[in-house]
Amino acid sequence: MRLSGKGLIDTSRSLKFRFDGADYAGHPGDTLASALLANGVKLVGRSFKYHRPRGILTAGPEEPNALVEVLEEGQQTPNVRATVQELYEGLAAQSQNRWPSLRMDLLAVNDLAAPFLSAGFYYKTFMWPRAFWERLYEPAIRRAAGLGRLSGKHDEAVYEKAWAYCDLLVIGAGPAGLMAALTAARAGADVILADEGARMGGQLLSDRGMIDGQPAPDWVSHVLAELAALPNVRLMPRTAVTGAYDDGTFGALERVGLHLAPRADLPRECFWRIVAQRTILAAGALERPIAFRNNDRPGIMLASALRSYLNRYGVAAGQKVTIFANNDSARAAARDLHAAGVRIVALVDSRPDASQDEPFPVHAGAVVTGTSGRLALQSITIRHRDKDIRIETDCLGMSGGWNPTLHLTCHMNGRPTWNETLSAFVPTPGTVPGLTAVGAANGTFSTAGCLAEGATAARSILADLGRTAPDLSLPQAEDAAFALAPLWDVPAPKTLWGRSWLDFANDVTTKDVRLSAQEGFRSVEHMKRYTTQGMAPDQGKSSNVAALAVLADATGRAIPETGTTTFRPPYAPVSIAAMGAGGRGAGFAPQRFLTSDQASRDRGAPMIEAGLWYRPSYFPRPGETTWKEACDREVTMVRTAVGVADVSTLGKIDIQGRDAARFLDLVYTNTFSTLPVGRVRYGLMLREDGLVMDDGTTARLGEAHFLMTTTTAAAGQVMRHLDFVQQAFCAGWDVRTISVTESWAQFAVAGPLARRLLSSLLATPIDLPFMGYAPVRLGGVDARLFRISFSGEEGYEIAVPTRFGEALFRDLLARAETLGGGPYGMEALNVLRIEKGFITHAEIHGRVTAFDIGMEKMVSAKKDCIGKAAAQRPGLIGPDRQQLVGLSPVGAGVLTAGAHLFSKGAEATRVNSQGYVTSVGWSPTLNRWLGLGFLQNGRARHGEVIRLVDHLRGHDVLCEVSDPVFHDKEGVKLRG
Amino acid sequence: MRIPCPLCGLRDRREFYYYGSDDYLSRPEEGALPEAWDNYLHLRDNPAGVTRDLWYHESGCASWIAVTRNTTTHEILRAELVAGQDPAKPAGKGRRKAS
Repeated sequence: MRLSGKGLIDTSRSLKFRFDGADYAGHPGDTLASALLANGVKLVGRSFKYHRPRGILTAGPEEPNALVEVLEEGQQTPNVRATVQELYEGLAAQSQNRWPSLRMDLLAVNDLAAPFLSAGFYYKTFMWPRAFWERLYEPAIRRAAGLGRLSGKHDEAVYEKAWAYCDLLVIGAGPAGLMAALTAARAGADVILADEGARMGGQLLSDRGMIDGQPAPDWVSHVLAELAALPNVRLMPRTAVTGAYDDGTFGALERVGLHLAPRADLPRECFWRIVAQRTILAAGALERPIAFRNNDRPGIMLASALRSYLNRYGVAAGQKVTIFANNDSARAAARDLHAAGVRIVALVDSRPDASQDEPFPVHAGAVVTGTSGRLALQSITIRHRDKDIRIETDCLGMSGGWNPTLHLTCHMNGRPTWNETLSAFVPTPGTVPGLTAVGAANGTFSTAGCLAEGATAARSILADLGRTAPDLSLPQAEDAAFALAPLWDVPAPKTLWGRSWLDFANDVTTKDVRLSAQEGFRSVEHMKRYTTQGMAPDQGKSSNVAALAVLADATGRAIPETGTTTFRPPYAPVSIAAMGAGGRGAGFAPQRFLTSDQASRDRGAPMIEAGLWYRPSYFPRPGETTWKEACDREVTMVRTAVGVADVSTLGKIDIQGRDAARFLDLVYTNTFSTLPVGRVRYGLMLREDGLVMDDGTTARLGEAHFLMTTTTAAAGQVMRHLDFVQQAFCAGWDVRTISVTESWAQFAVAGPLARRLLSSLLATPIDLPFMGYAPVRLGGVDARLFRISFSGEEGYEIAVPTRFGEALFRDLLARAETLGGGPYGMEALNVLRIEKGFITHAEIHGRVTAFDIGMEKMVSAKKDCIGKAAAQRPGLIGPDRQQLVGLSPVGAGVLTAGAHLFSKGAEATRVNSQGYVTSVGWSPTLNRWLGLGFLQNGRARHGEVIRLVDHLRGHDVLCEVSDPVFHDKEGVKLRG
Repeated sequence: MRIPCPLCGLRDRREFYYYGSDDYLSRPEEGALPEAWDNYLHLRDNPAGVTRDLWYHESGCASWIAVTRNTTTHEILRAELVAGQDPAKPAGKGRRKAS
């Protein structure tokens, strides 16, 4: 029921919303929970296991009961806490885990079977037959026990991730956090103030107390206004700090648009990584329930929630309210309600010496022993001086004390410290470097104490950071003492049906915890897993301490001795979509595009990925229906006329310095110091363990200037390797390396008419020897011309600065086409190199040596090189090695890469495998399939017929072994 | 984790490529025994405590950095350029792993 003139909501405006198909209205500033309570809706969900009717327990993010599905266009977000969901016009939500309806849930039959459904029931019962577990029992149990459902559709919403840096991160914007932030902000420090709530102020928003003579919420507004105006402060409401990590790094989830009416310009959530020099944890404390019989009925909530709904939202959660507490703090709720005109029927205080000086009945030394009311609370039974008294009530506020929100202090292996006076765990200082806990999060519960601790912590941090603290006096505020007598579990006679709930979210009762101890699961970690206490979406925020207190009692140990379970990030649920923001589909990896990209797409070329690059697969011509037709035509075009291909993806590394040649001698197996200026040499590079790392050509552009090319795949690895060798082993040498891959666009021009094409382009006859290099001028631009070939034809590569790449590519294509040539793609490039027996990373895949690929003679005997020593190791040389061979089918067989090779008569089993196929292609030149592969002692077996078996695709083909070079073995065309 | 690059300052570890122990800096001389190479290539300590390993500031200045850190506390004690402050005397030279 809404009380007029109360609360911080804007009652001048009305917002319509829908819950379970019924229409309601609330106001801006409401949560779904407060709006439902204002409309008298108490029943909001069904419990996880027993399908018990449940209401709203809390007014904060720790809510275990009021989980709903929020419906948006095309989407359904499950397990949304109604206490966090802000109300907006048109909000639609529905209850979950009930069928057919919330009021009439057939699965509530589970509740009747409760005596049999204790902890471990499923494990014990559904043991046999074993096969039934997966197919029958588990699906059935999963259907019955559950939370919300997803829409099953892709989440098309936008998420973001972001980084932030600050001198001081303040977590929580209650009295302690605000005071800390204000102190540091006035000193000029960069401050981030993050708060989980939509509105900053923490407990002060639910408080009727005064700060410096003004109502607490007004003081909050003034401080926030000042902070918001400062350029060195970033206020982050709706941001839950979810984890503490190394070096002052914190994860935080900002609900940017998630809890607002859908807006196209807002991402749903943003996952922040905040790096802070210092951190103040002022996250407050969470009130804990008390376990007593049937303490889970709709209408039973935390005393602090009652107070929040009243003072912040102007809602009286009941008409005849009772309070059950073991401490002083719950009296504030009772007094506030009483002052607002709500009838307090009884305050039940478990402490016999509790004060009775209140304007409403107080039962000191009494406890609540039971409740009644199926869909809403109707009455409670209390035991007072050995007498049972039944009290009519529609709302019971309970308070078993407070647990500091210390989760973040335990994220780096820290353990909390037990405080006997508070009967609660408090943070252990120093468990997260640079983090100080203050205020209620540190076990200080009075407003004055929180303000003082926040200011003191900020001053100490400012001194650490070398800043002068501002002259800022502490505001006057309430400084009431807090006293409590531990009460976890109201003793009750043993019955079959009576249960007292600890973990509302996972339906774990005191009985389950005691059973766990009885069955030997005495460690708190075992109890947690056996009973599932603390494993629901709320992660036991309101039940963990009480559960371990009951366990301690059941095992006859003290609470500190029993210990806590491990606190792990995230503190609050984080959607995977937020953590992986931007990483869906094409956003998964960066994309690298060639300068010729558009020209290739203009010609209809399908693109294939090569690492991060996109390269044209083939260039279809009208009438061609398959990729193979285009590929065959392109291969023949290169062999008979001229083809143009963009080879800019190859790594290009510029190497300069007086010791550059000496450096190349060290990283390549062969010698480069003897390479004349204006010449290019093929080089082989090994890893230090003797296996082949990469190959490529290097040109000597000048006496002290080389240009190395790497394969596309290994460009990054080679760059890293060169930097390592240079910095680790030759730091004193005069040599420097830098990647220029992106600086040059480079095109292969290959075929018998290649020279003619280039002569027309450069307007001078080309006269470059095979493996020659010459600087050329092209339309007033300095370009580079290399005579190298990856196709086996007379081939050139011409490079221009990247910005001229597209123009040159289009020009080259136009000229090629007048000569009967054209562009060729990756498919043709691959066939051309297989015909010529050239290797790629399909062959040099990280497990082959120079010996294996027939290049051991390229490892110079006259000098050391990286990998040379290890390449001589036993086992890396000799007839047992699998060596590179060519394969041709005997007859009309098809070859497949990945197939294994066997001796002709041998059975095709793993132990008989003598090698494997790495690359295959249909050769239009030779009119048959060709393959490259590795075969044991292969070089001595040329001419032998062997068996190729592909178990996956079902091929079994006889092949003839040959030299890997199929086309133009003597290199006549290459050198011509 | 944040690594104090001697050239760029404190940077997030996502900018770095991890290689392995700083044993890689102690390359055996030409002609060393196979055991020395085996030790260099394959044999590594796995300390719970202080270790020194190599990181490459790949998305930064391209420096190789020897980082001394504690594997149990994640504390970073030192970060030095592998090339050394004096380019004539690389940090790696003269160090040999005890076998």
